Amino acid sequence: MRELLMIAVGAAFINNVVLSQFLGICAFVGVSKKTETAAGMGAAVVFVITISSLIAGVIYKYILTPFDVTYLQTIVFILVIAALVQFVEMVVKKYSMSLYNALGVYLPLITTNCAVLGVALINVTKNYSILEGVVNGFATAVGFLIAIVLMAGIREKTEYNDIPESFKGSPIVLLTACLMAIAFFGFSGLK
Amino acid sequence: MNKIAERLYNGLVKENPTFVLMLGMCPTLAVTTSAVNGLGMGLTTTVILALSNAMIAALRKIIPNGVRMPAFIVVVASFVTIVQFLLQGYVPALYESLGIYIPLIVVNCIILGRAEAYASMNPVIPSFFDGLGMGLGFTVGLTCIGIVRELVGAGKAFGARVMPDAYEPMTIFILAPGAFLVLSMLTALQNRVKRRMEMKGQETKIGTGCTGSCASCHESCGKGGEA
Repeated sequence: MRELLMIAVGAAFINNVVLSQFLGICAFVGVSKKTETAAGMGAAVVFVITISSLIAGVIYKYILTPFDVTYLQTIVFILVIAALVQFVEMVVKKYSMSLYNALGVYLPLITTNCAVLGVALINVTKNYSILEGVVNGFATAVGFLIAIVLMAGIREKTEYNDIPESFKGSPIVLLTACLMAIAFFGFSGLK
Repeated sequence: MNKIAERLYNGLVKENPTFVLMLGMCPTLAVTTSAVNGLGMGLTTTVILALSNAMIAALRKIIPNGVRMPAFIVVVASFVTIVQFLLQGYVPALYESLGIYIPLIVVNCIILGRAEAYASMNPVIPSFFDGLGMGLGFTVGLTCIGIVRELVGAGKAFGARVMPDAYEPMTIFILAPGAFLVLSMLTALQNRVKRRMEMKGQETKIGTGCTGSCASCHESCGKGGEA
C-alpha cells in the first residue's frame, strides 16, 4: 500500500507528466484556453490512460512475454491505444450520452497524445506489476489533469493582460509553463 | 533533380518543423538538454521519417483509404522498433540518454503529418527526400536549441567546455523549466519575424503538415494555441 502511494505521489506531482516529462504538450498548450474544456480534456485523459495502462499491462504480461515477442511492444501498444480510444468512444456514446457530450470531442485527440503511449512504456520499463501500472497510469493522468486545469485558470486570468505583441499566443503559455515547472520543483522535497 | 532540391529546401527552411510549423514539441523540449542529444534525436527521427515516407509512398495505392491512419502507424512503429534496436546495439550511450523518447517517435506528429500530407499522394523518390528534408530541418532545430541550453546551462558545447572558468552555469536551463523558457523565447522571436513580414505585406501563410488525427497538435502548433 505504501509503495502504491509512493508511485502515485511520484507520478502525479514529483515527475509531473507535462511539466517535467514533457509528454502531452500539444494538448496542454492547445486545449487550455478555458477551464471547462481543460477539465473535460483532463477527465478524458484520466479515463483513457487508466484503462489503457490496464490493458497494455495485461497484454504485455500474458501475451507478449510468454511468446517472447516483447520487442513488438511499441507496435502493439499504439494499436491497442488507437483501438481502445475508438472503442471507449463507442461505448460512452451508447451508454452515457451525458458523458459523451462532456468528453466526446476530446476522445479522438487522445490517440496522438504521447502521454498515453508514454505511460504504457514507462510501466514496462520500470517493471511495474499490473496493479502498480494502473496506479501509475491513473496518477500520471491526474497529474496531467491538475497541470492543464491550473494552466487554464492562469490563462483565463491573464487573458486581458497587456502582453507584448510577440508573446501573444503560445509563447506566453510556454512562459507560464516554465514558471509552473519551477513551482512543481517544490514537490521534489516530498521524496 | 530539381524536385529533390526543392523538397530538401522546403524541409530545411520554408517549412522547418521546429521553427516554422512548431511540430513535435515533446521531443523538442525533452531531449535538448545537450547538443549531442538534440543531434542524436534529430538524426534518429530523420532516418525513420525518410524510410517511413518512402514505404508509405510505395504502398499508397494498396492501402485502403478507410484504414490509412492505422496502416501508417504500423509502418512507422515498425521502423521505430528497427531503429531502436540499431541504436541499442551500436550507440548504447545515446540509447540510454534518449530512453523512452525513442519509442515515442511513433506519435511524433511530424511523421504522421508528412505521411498524410505528402507521402500518401506522391511517388517514392520525392517522398523519401521530403522526409529527409523535414528530418534534417528538425535536426537543425533540435541541435540549435540543444546548443543554447547546454551553453547557458552547463557552459559547454557538444560536451566540451567553451565558456571561461569565471562563468557560473545557470543549471535551470538544462532542467525542465529551461526547456519551456527557451522554446517560449524562440516562438516569440518567430512571431516577431512573422509580424515584420506581414507589415511588409509579404505572404506569410504557411501550410501546416499536420492533418486528421493530429488535430490537437495542429491547433496548438499551427495557430498558436487558439483552440
